[in-house]
Amino acid sequence: MTEFFTTTYLGITLLTLGQVLAVVVPLLVALAFLLYADRKIWAAVQLRRGPNVVGIFGLLQSFADFIKYAVKEIVYPAGSDKVVFLLAPMVSLVMALIAWAVIPFNDGWVVSDLNVAILYVMAVSSLEVYGVIMGGWASNSKYPFLGSLRSAAQMISYEVSLGLIIIGIIITTGSMNFGDIVMAQDGKYGIFSWYWLPHFPMLFLFLISAMAETNRPPFDLPEAESELVAGYQVEYSSTPFLLFMIGEYVAIVLMCALVSLLFLGGWLSPIPGLPDGIVWMLLKICFVFFIFSMVKAISPRYRYDQLMRIGWKVFLPMSLIWVVLVSFLAKFELFGGAYARWAIGG
Amino acid sequence: MTIADYAFWLFSICVIVGGFCTVISRNPVHSVLWLILAFLSAAGLFVLLGAEFVAMLLIIVYVGAVAVLFLFVVMMLDVDFAELKAGMAKYLPLSLLIGVILLMQLGIVFGPWEFSDSAQSLRAAVTPEDTHNTAALGLILYDQYFLLFQLSGLILLVAMIGAIVLTLRHRKDIKRQNVLEQMWRDPADAMELKDVKPGQGL
Repeated sequence: MTEFFTTTYLGITLLTLGQVLAVVVPLLVALAFLLYADRKIWAAVQLRRGPNVVGIFGLLQSFADFIKYAVKEIVYPAGSDKVVFLLAPMVSLVMALIAWAVIPFNDGWVVSDLNVAILYVMAVSSLEVYGVIMGGWASNSKYPFLGSLRSAAQMISYEVSLGLIIIGIIITTGSMNFGDIVMAQDGKYGIFSWYWLPHFPMLFLFLISAMAETNRPPFDLPEAESELVAGYQVEYSSTPFLLFMIGEYVAIVLMCALVSLLFLGGWLSPIPGLPDGIVWMLLKICFVFFIFSMVKAISPRYRYDQLMRIGWKVFLPMSLIWVVLVSFLAKFELFGGAYARWAIGG
Repeated sequence: MTIADYAFWLFSICVIVGGFCTVISRNPVHSVLWLILAFLSAAGLFVLLGAEFVAMLLIIVYVGAVAVLFLFVVMMLDVDFAELKAGMAKYLPLSLLIGVILLMQLGIVFGPWEFSDSAQSLRAAVTPEDTHNTAALGLILYDQYFLLFQLSGLILLVAMIGAIVLTLRHRKDIKRQNVLEQMWRDPADAMELKDVKPGQGL
């Protein structure tokens, strides 16, 4: 039986398809409840009750929203470029989903174990900007167009600092594979062996950059509802809008997974002695998502020029200096080799 | 045919179709989108060659940055197609001449082309046994050709500074924001609370 799945073409195709479905289906179902959690947390901070009608405690709210979007009519703006108009949300969702191919949930539990996994994630997330640009342009209207320009500029700016922060991690590990990166964080001190401690300032820079990159509040300027009538998504309705929405949330959860893999030790258990496993990975993703939601609830929106300033004039120099510093610390194996773990990592 | 062969044909056809449609598309934005398809398929070909690092860089640099700039510029230009087409008849003989000359030159170059027996093996990725090809690339760039690599970086830096200097204008007549001053502003000296009696005003 194993021979069929490892040697014949049909078997390999079926196996890969099964692996892909095993990642995507739970992800999308989990997303429905994460969306619900997001709204509940937001509501709780503002002393509201949040979604509470559909299902017990409103648990089925996301599914109700899904059905509502799916059965509505798609409206094409006059003079819009129909092909690009429909392509944009698809690009947005597909690019967000295919990045999950290299995210491991446990030791070896990954669809594609690439050597250049981090670069792959960076490459795919740099493609996500096309959904935004295409959507804004194809709508043939001023508001979406301006919204998409703002959004694209923002996403490109913060990719630079994200990339530089990741370079620090790569230097410390000596590998671009997520499995190696997590194994390099395995040590006898449990939670204190993880990268959040040696790369402490970068954890916060990464979190903030991730929020800006995924257009999350307080950096949700592209779709600032009160000013820009939702930016590049203005003309979208029904399923295409739903695809944009899901794509955005998949990208956010991907960033949560990245933070937990790069800084919080992935599937490693925080207390030495407890068994490692997928439970820790999921708990860490939920924890980072909770932080994302809290930031959304308690912080006011940034001004656009300050957003650009903090990206280019604060984060970029800081992460650049950090790369040089980490290279120095790794080369001379200072602090007990905390920055030079390629011997452990592989 | 293995899966790699099918993938090769798929990517090659995509590159050619993408390149062709880039040229013949009437809408410049569509042209750029086709160009992006060509870039992505080229990255797929690199992966098939075993050069996954180069493939990822191609996507990050060309698709993620350069093509975005193209798209920005092309989207904001208001191109008048009727005017572009008006010059077509005037320039057609010259462009045909250039095309024919190029074709002849390519014929001269590739006509007597012969493959040596070892060419095919030289073309495969030569990676040392026990390292990944990304690590091997790093060793070559940063150890063997360290000086050349740094020099090319310096040239880029000079070019960047040159571009900034050429376009930099200091304008005195506009208002600028001093962010630090804004951040250190204190509510106490920015506003004052007054207790206003009804019907009196200040």
